[in-house]
Amino acid sequence: MSQLRTADLIIDVPDRADGRALSLQVEPGQIWGVLGPNGAGKTTLMHTLAGLRAPRSGAVLLDDQPLAEQKRRTIARHLGLVFQERQDGFPATVLETALIGRHPFLSSWQMESADDLKLAQQALSRLDVAHLASRLVSTLSGGERQRVAIATVLTQSPAIWLADEPTNHLDLHHQIAVMELLTEEAGHGKAVFMCLHDLNLAARWCSHVLLLYPDGEACWGPVERMLVPDALERLYGQRLATTELDGAPVFVPVR
Amino acid sequence: MGRYWLPLMLLALAALAAFLLSVTVGSASVGVADVWAVLTGEGTQLQRTLILELRVPRTLAALATGGLLAVAGALMQVLLRNPLADPYVLGLSGGAAVGALLAMLAGVGGLMVSGSAFAGAMVATLLVFGLAHGTGSWTPSRLLLTGVVVAAGWGAVITLMLAISPAERLPGMLYWLMGDLSYAGTPSLALVLLALACLLVVPLGRSLNVLARGPLQAAALGVAVRPLEWTVYVVASLLTAVAVTTAGSIGFVGLVVPHMLRLVLGNDQRLILPACALAGGILLMLADTLARTIIAPEQLPVGVITALLGVPTFLLLLYRSR
Repeated sequence: MSQLRTADLIIDVPDRADGRALSLQVEPGQIWGVLGPNGAGKTTLMHTLAGLRAPRSGAVLLDDQPLAEQKRRTIARHLGLVFQERQDGFPATVLETALIGRHPFLSSWQMESADDLKLAQQALSRLDVAHLASRLVSTLSGGERQRVAIATVLTQSPAIWLADEPTNHLDLHHQIAVMELLTEEAGHGKAVFMCLHDLNLAARWCSHVLLLYPDGEACWGPVERMLVPDALERLYGQRLATTELDGAPVFVPVR
Repeated sequence: MGRYWLPLMLLALAALAAFLLSVTVGSASVGVADVWAVLTGEGTQLQRTLILELRVPRTLAALATGGLLAVAGALMQVLLRNPLADPYVLGLSGGAAVGALLAMLAGVGGLMVSGSAFAGAMVATLLVFGLAHGTGSWTPSRLLLTGVVVAAGWGAVITLMLAISPAERLPGMLYWLMGDLSYAGTPSLALVLLALACLLVVPLGRSLNVLARGPLQAAALGVAVRPLEWTVYVVASLLTAVAVTTAGSIGFVGLVVPHMLRLVLGNDQRLILPACALAGGILLMLADTLARTIIAPEQLPVGVITALLGVPTFLLLLYRSR
C-alpha cells in the first residue's frame, strides 16, 4: 500500500506569509479531515498533494519519492482526487465519465476491457447512480454529479484518496453513504485525505484532523486531540455549543 | 468494437459513393462503366484525360482537404475545450491568405502561391503561439483571444491588399480567399498527411477524451497535459496549413463536421477523429461536385457552397441543441 508524506511543505497561496510548514504522514487505513474557513488554502493543499500545483517550498513524497520526480501516469495509479469543481467542457455520459478512471492503467493502443467496464459499473452502483449510466453528466443534479465524480475515483481505485469536500451537494443520506464508503476503503488499507466543512462528519468518521488557519498556521493530530471547542471557535471565528452523542462530540453553532 | 467499426464502415462506403458521384458528374457526364473502363486502362482518349487528369485528382484533393480540415477542427475543439472552435480560429487562414495574395500580387503562380501560403500559415501559427505563451503560461481562453485578435489583424491586411491590387488580379484572389479546388493539382502530400494523422490520433484518442474534461482532471488521471497540448496544437496547425495550401481557406467544414458527428456518435475521440477524416472528405467532395455543376460550364468556388450549406446547418443544430 502506498504512503503519502509531506516534508516541510509550504503551499503557495498568493499574498500569504509562509505560516507553519506541514510535515505529516498519511498512513494506510487512516482517514484525515482537513478543516478550515473559506480561503484557508484547503483546495490549494489538495492540488499540491496531488502534484497539480508546485509548492512554495518543501516536498510531497509518494512512497518516499518526491511527486515532482514521478511521471503523472505513475502518480495517477496510486493517488486519486475528487475535485471540488468540475469543468464539463464536452458532453459525456455517466458511464464514460466513470470509465476514464481506468485511463492510467491502460496503454495507448489498449481499449477498455470487459473488466474495466465491470469496475466502472460496480462503482456507479456503489454510489447509487447506476440507473443514470447512459445519461449525459450535464443533465444531472449537483448531488448526482458529485456521486459520479466519486464513482470515477472509485473506478480508478487509488491507494490514496484525496477528496475536496466529497459531501458537497449531497443530501443527508448520501453524505453518510459517502463517508461509509470512504471508511470502507480505509478498512481495505487505503488512505483517505479530505477537506470537510462539517465538523460533525469529521468528528464521527475521521481518525486524524488537520486544522488550517487563514494566516497559514496549522496544527494536526489524532481527531480526539484536535476537535476541542476552543481551537474550533478560533478556527472559524464562530461560537460553538458542544454536546455528545454515541461517544462522538457534536458541535452546533450558536447565535 | 462494433461501436467503432460500424460507423466507420458506413462512412467509408458513403465516401466511396461520393467519390464515384464526383468523378462521374460534371459539365460533361460520364457513366460509372466509363470510369471503370478508364481505370482498367481502356476508354477513349478524351475520357482518359477528363477522368484521370481532371476529375480524379480534383476529387482526391476535395477528399484530402475536407478530411484534414475536419480532423484539425476536432483537434482544435479539444485543445481549446470549446466545441465552437474551428481550424481557422487562431488566425492561421489569415496568415496563409496574406502569403498567397502576396505571391499573386508579385505575379507568380502555381507552386509559388502554395509555398507562400504555407509559409504564411506557419508564421501565423508561431506568432499566435508565441504571443499567447507570453510570460510562460497559456490558457485556452488566452490562446483563443490572441488568435481572434491576430486573425482580425490579418483580415485588415487582406482588405488592404485587395484594395491596392490591380483589377485583373482580383478574381483569382477572391477565388483563393473563398476556397477553390480548381488549381489543387495532385494532392499526394495532403493524402499522406491525412493518413498519418489518422494513425497518430488513434493512440492519442483516449488521452484526448480525458483532456476534454479539463486540464486538471486530465493531469489527475495521469495525462502529461502540456506535452499533449503541444502535440495537438502542432498537428492541428500542420493539417490546417496543408489544407489551406491545397485549396485556399474553405470555411465551415472544420466547424460543422465534428459538431454533427458528436451529436450522432457521442464524444469518443477515438471514433470522432477518423470519422471526421471520412465525413469531412465526403462533405467537400459533394460540395465540389455542386460547385462544378450548378452553373456548368462555369464553376463556383467550393468555399461558397460549404458556407451556404454550413451556415444554415450549424444554426439549425445550435437552435435544436437548446
